[in-house]
Amino acid sequence: MTAHSARAAAFVANEARMHWHDTALWHVRSKRDRAAASVPEWEELRTQAAALKAHTVSRLAEYLEAFERNALRLGAVVHWASTPDDHNRAVLSILEERGLKRLVKSKSMLTEECHLNGFLEARGIEVVDTDLGERIVQLARETPSHIVLPAIHKKKEEIGELFHEHLHTAAGASDPKYLTEAARGHLREKFLAAEAGLTGVNFAIAETGGFVVCTNEGNADLGASLPRVHIASMGVEKLVPRAADLAVFLRLLARSATGQPVTTYTSHFHGPRAGGELHLVIVDNGRSALLASEAHRRALSCIRCGACMNTCPVFRRSGGHSYDATVPGPIGSVLAPSREPGRYAGLPFASSLCGSCDDVCPVRIDLHQQLLTWRHELGERRLTPAPKRAAARLGSFVLARPWLYRALGWLGRAALRWVPRPVLALVAGPWARQRELPPAPRLSFRAEFGRRRVRP
Amino acid sequence: MTEVGLFIPCYVDQCYPEVGMATVRVLEKLGCRVDFPEAQTCCGQPMANAGCGDAARPLAERFVDIFERYPYVVCPSGSCTAMVRRHYADLLPSSARLPAVAGKTYELCEFIVDVLGVARIAGRFPHRVGLHQSCHALRELRLGSGTERIVPGFNKVRGLLAALEGITLVDLERADECCGFGGVFSVEEEAVSCAMGKDRLADHQKAGAEVITGVDMSCLMHLGGLARRQKRPLRVQHVAEILAGAAP
Repeated sequence: MTAHSARAAAFVANEARMHWHDTALWHVRSKRDRAAASVPEWEELRTQAAALKAHTVSRLAEYLEAFERNALRLGAVVHWASTPDDHNRAVLSILEERGLKRLVKSKSMLTEECHLNGFLEARGIEVVDTDLGERIVQLARETPSHIVLPAIHKKKEEIGELFHEHLHTAAGASDPKYLTEAARGHLREKFLAAEAGLTGVNFAIAETGGFVVCTNEGNADLGASLPRVHIASMGVEKLVPRAADLAVFLRLLARSATGQPVTTYTSHFHGPRAGGELHLVIVDNGRSALLASEAHRRALSCIRCGACMNTCPVFRRSGGHSYDATVPGPIGSVLAPSREPGRYAGLPFASSLCGSCDDVCPVRIDLHQQLLTWRHELGERRLTPAPKRAAARLGSFVLARPWLYRALGWLGRAALRWVPRPVLALVAGPWARQRELPPAPRLSFRAEFGRRRVRP
Repeated sequence: MTEVGLFIPCYVDQCYPEVGMATVRVLEKLGCRVDFPEAQTCCGQPMANAGCGDAARPLAERFVDIFERYPYVVCPSGSCTAMVRRHYADLLPSSARLPAVAGKTYELCEFIVDVLGVARIAGRFPHRVGLHQSCHALRELRLGSGTERIVPGFNKVRGLLAALEGITLVDLERADECCGFGGVFSVEEEAVSCAMGKDRLADHQKAGAEVITGVDMSCLMHLGGLARRQKRPLRVQHVAEILAGAAP
């Protein structure tokens, strides 16, 4: 068992809830299918997006410098951060230098990756996540279980209880419209009181120095417009060369993520608003190491749409928290081992390698091949369990010797026929817990085929 | 006469000889001369998927040695075929002999349709059948278009089955979701694996299937094992058996 499979088993154990989670995400996958099918050139768009991303990372330094130059020209302040700590300190110093204590945030997986909230709260800053799903997990003191749908693991009744406790909604209320209205009122107060707003960045445009933030709730716009100070955090991989490239990515992003033709709000920021300040914090945190890896470079193309999670039959049935990583699911299982190979050595095995993620990925990341490549790398670095490696060597020894393979095959089949079933179940372990063992014919195929040749 | 080197997956050799024999009958019926090189054992996929490339490599080398001499290599498994065609290159990146062998290795149905150019095989199977799309056959070998991609629809396996007299191919709610077998995944992630398999069974049963078929006996071993334990009225049968005219 891996750490993932243990947590996954706990999720599966509540069968009704597991099915509810699976069905909810399958619904999103189906919406994605319909939205993609409405674009005749969908596959061509994916190819273009993959090529644009591959080109961009091949000249990342140039594009980053161009972006910085143009962003400065527009009046933004640019902060470079190589580690999460650098990022968090940059944000803190922006706030502290101006004596700001109240920060509203829109969705940003990067700040989750950097554990910004805890860092700021420990230093006396009030941080309020303003994306509804993010706010729910923040109130519950949890982490997002999905990068686009952070609270997808929570049922409306649970959200009702949470809101009753924190937002004083009526006890037992679970009507989504009522709860959303309550959250809206609560967040509106937070927006009006905020002294700084932090947003993520979906696309940063090298040629203009501007950037785009996509949300469905408009919360990024409120957070960036009401307070005087706007901080935008982005990973170095968020760049696209030209504004025209957005025509490719914006058509893919929302369709892949939720099946919408486009996000409700697609906001373009070009420098600070009049009288305001705009700070860009550009973070590496292991991304340049990924860029250096020929095998895993393509993972940097990810535009964080979450489609690989919605289609993943394992994710849908194990829940995002089973991955114990900021980004879960197939792409998370590719990204996590590059940062902490020891801790996340089990994640590339949390996949049946069905390959559905490859085919929904809007930027054509070969996710299941990446997972397989990780398995090999982790094996070579002896980070996979020793018994597994020993079993593979033993298997290889047997299978390289047909006489030994035949003899052990005969013995195995005889055992399957003669050994009492409870004993077999013990030996077969996890296979036989819910499944019958395969049949054990007297003759193998090769024996039957040989006999037929003798007596045609 | 088309000469074919028969590549039989190890677990089919040991547990499902009838699938191998059905493959032989189908190929012979279509005018192929079938040879089974006895030195073959296993393609090495279990070791490779466990992350043990060093253990898989000698088996890949053996495969190339054994099958190099045939004009075609045919296998009643999408997954084992994909191992040779798609993944051997990672194990043997500098092999000069591999590309030719990989290029002539085919899954049974794609061999029938693409190489032999046969779109229908005479036969009768008056049953309600659910077609399980094995992932590697579908997404690595592209035996069908799949529900994720926005491309003109096609399915080579379904085409062959649909041409049989009396057959009813049922429509599933999730036409090509993974069954959860996944090799080592089936035991390492037993809970999720079985949950996936049970969901597939429920979908087939709801659609009214009597028989679940597919190109990979490994998926069917997993699904059949679950179905028997749950005493569901579903049988599993490899597509080769159906094409060879076997009763369900």
